[in-house]
Amino acid sequence: MSRMPLPYNPKILELFRNPKNLGKMEDATVVAVAGNPMCGDMITFYLKINDQDIVEKASFESYGCAANIATSSIVTELVKGLKLEEAWKISWKEVTEAVGGLPSVKFHCGILAVGALKRAIRKYYEAKGASPEWLQKQPSSEEKQALKDEDLAKLLAKRMKSGEK
Amino acid sequence: MTENVKELLKAHKDLRREVYLDSENSNIVPDEVVNAMLPYYNQRAYGNPTLTHKPGWEAFETIMESAQSVTKSLGCRVAEEVTFVPGETEANNLAILGTTFPLKNRGKRVVISEVEPISVLHVAEMLHDYGITTTKIPVDSEGFFNLEKLKEAVDDETLLVSLSAVNHEIGTVEPIKEAVEIVKNRNPTTVFHTDASDAYGKIPFDVQKLGVDLATVSSYKILGPRGIGALYVKEGLNITRILEGQIGTQKLWPGVENTPLIVGFAKASELMFKDFEENVNGMRRLRDMLIEGIVGKLSDVRLNGPEGSRRSPDNVNISFLRCEGEALTIELSLNGVYVSSGSACSRRLLQPSHVLAAIGRKYSEAHGSLLMKVTRCHTEEDINYVLEIIPEAVKRIRGIVGSTEVD
Repeated sequence: MSRMPLPYNPKILELFRNPKNLGKMEDATVVAVAGNPMCGDMITFYLKINDQDIVEKASFESYGCAANIATSSIVTELVKGLKLEEAWKISWKEVTEAVGGLPSVKFHCGILAVGALKRAIRKYYEAKGASPEWLQKQPSSEEKQALKDEDLAKLLAKRMKSGEK
Repeated sequence: MTENVKELLKAHKDLRREVYLDSENSNIVPDEVVNAMLPYYNQRAYGNPTLTHKPGWEAFETIMESAQSVTKSLGCRVAEEVTFVPGETEANNLAILGTTFPLKNRGKRVVISEVEPISVLHVAEMLHDYGITTTKIPVDSEGFFNLEKLKEAVDDETLLVSLSAVNHEIGTVEPIKEAVEIVKNRNPTTVFHTDASDAYGKIPFDVQKLGVDLATVSSYKILGPRGIGALYVKEGLNITRILEGQIGTQKLWPGVENTPLIVGFAKASELMFKDFEENVNGMRRLRDMLIEGIVGKLSDVRLNGPEGSRRSPDNVNISFLRCEGEALTIELSLNGVYVSSGSACSRRLLQPSHVLAAIGRKYSEAHGSLLMKVTRCHTEEDINYVLEIIPEAVKRIRGIVGSTEVD
């Protein structure tokens, strides 16, 4: 149970204090969730997508630490006005840079935020019954990481119930 | 990285008041204690107490007198029963390793509980490499040891039992006297250690009345300086050093004694025990003010640990549902209220507080928990300020969670 010093940078602090695009979107085209409350790390993304597959609006809600809140918020900023094909290319590294860097123990916050975004994009095309060429069939690394986090949380819960170490 | 910290600190401007409630992890040292320590850095007793010159003899005299004052407050027979060590972690390591290593051919088991501090848990786990197994006894929903399980766990092969007297996270005042009786009835040679860091100065604690063999106490938890604590070792107990080096006045801990810290510890102890009842009643009043002001006023909150006299007079531990703890501690800090949380803040160790898990709290409850400890130096104004800040902070963090399902 190590505890790391977490010297968050000014950008993260600003996004934590005044998150942009916070809140539920009533007219969202697609909603996606990633993470698990058991890890204390969970994001909901709302995207409003127009008929040209462009993100008109994006918003988020987050149950998590300051880094989780900041990375979720920045992703909603980054995708606004983008075509989904462009939005799909956003990597967790770009997100990390956009918040001015993260302590290494918080890298997963950026990964989770991108995982949630990619889930939302995939969900949108699934609902539409379309599969554009650029949308890879296999889950992206960020989606895989989100799944891994969620599985790990389930495993921990199971172990805890059975009293294992 | 340090640039970031400078910016974070700048963000804490124009604070109306600052209230430090994180006594679990460090503490403010009152002026009286600091002033008592200062002369020992450069005016007197700055020598090594084992050497034959005036500053050395002064140091020797000072350390012996300080030891007297600490031993008196613990109920020891003689001053030699107290060994000064750098803190709770070192005292627990010395207690566990120092008693099991010389005995390792005699028995093969150590018994602890599920809610021990990390410096007991991890050291006990380390013993596995030396062929000594650890049994962890469970606790109930308020953190009290299951004494039936303790009875079952102790046998002829049990070398040591280590159980804390007051739980460091949820303030449970444990039945140590009963536990000692159970253990000694099952096996009179089993050594009984208690980490009393959260009992010392908070509840009546007397090593002779309780019948313990070893007891850990910490200076900063009674408003003394950090970097000093003590291990009570019952006269005649078989225990070895775990560090080697130049032995000075204490055979169990080598190295040069830190006279100013020892003086500070003794001063803090003197101030705490001079008006023990009054200090404890004051803490209990502020504790209940804080608990009632939160549990009675906010929705979806839950007190962790027992109530009333079964709870340590200083401890407040509350889960705020639909609220993540790390975010909450930052929000509170920006408003001058300094606390810690049982939230898991590191990915590699995804698990939140093991104590809250042991009493059956859900992960989401542990992630949203705050640990606060009041001291004899806090005032009603401090608590009123905290009660003004907390609801606003919780409201804002819950607002970020929004409709996200967290259960």
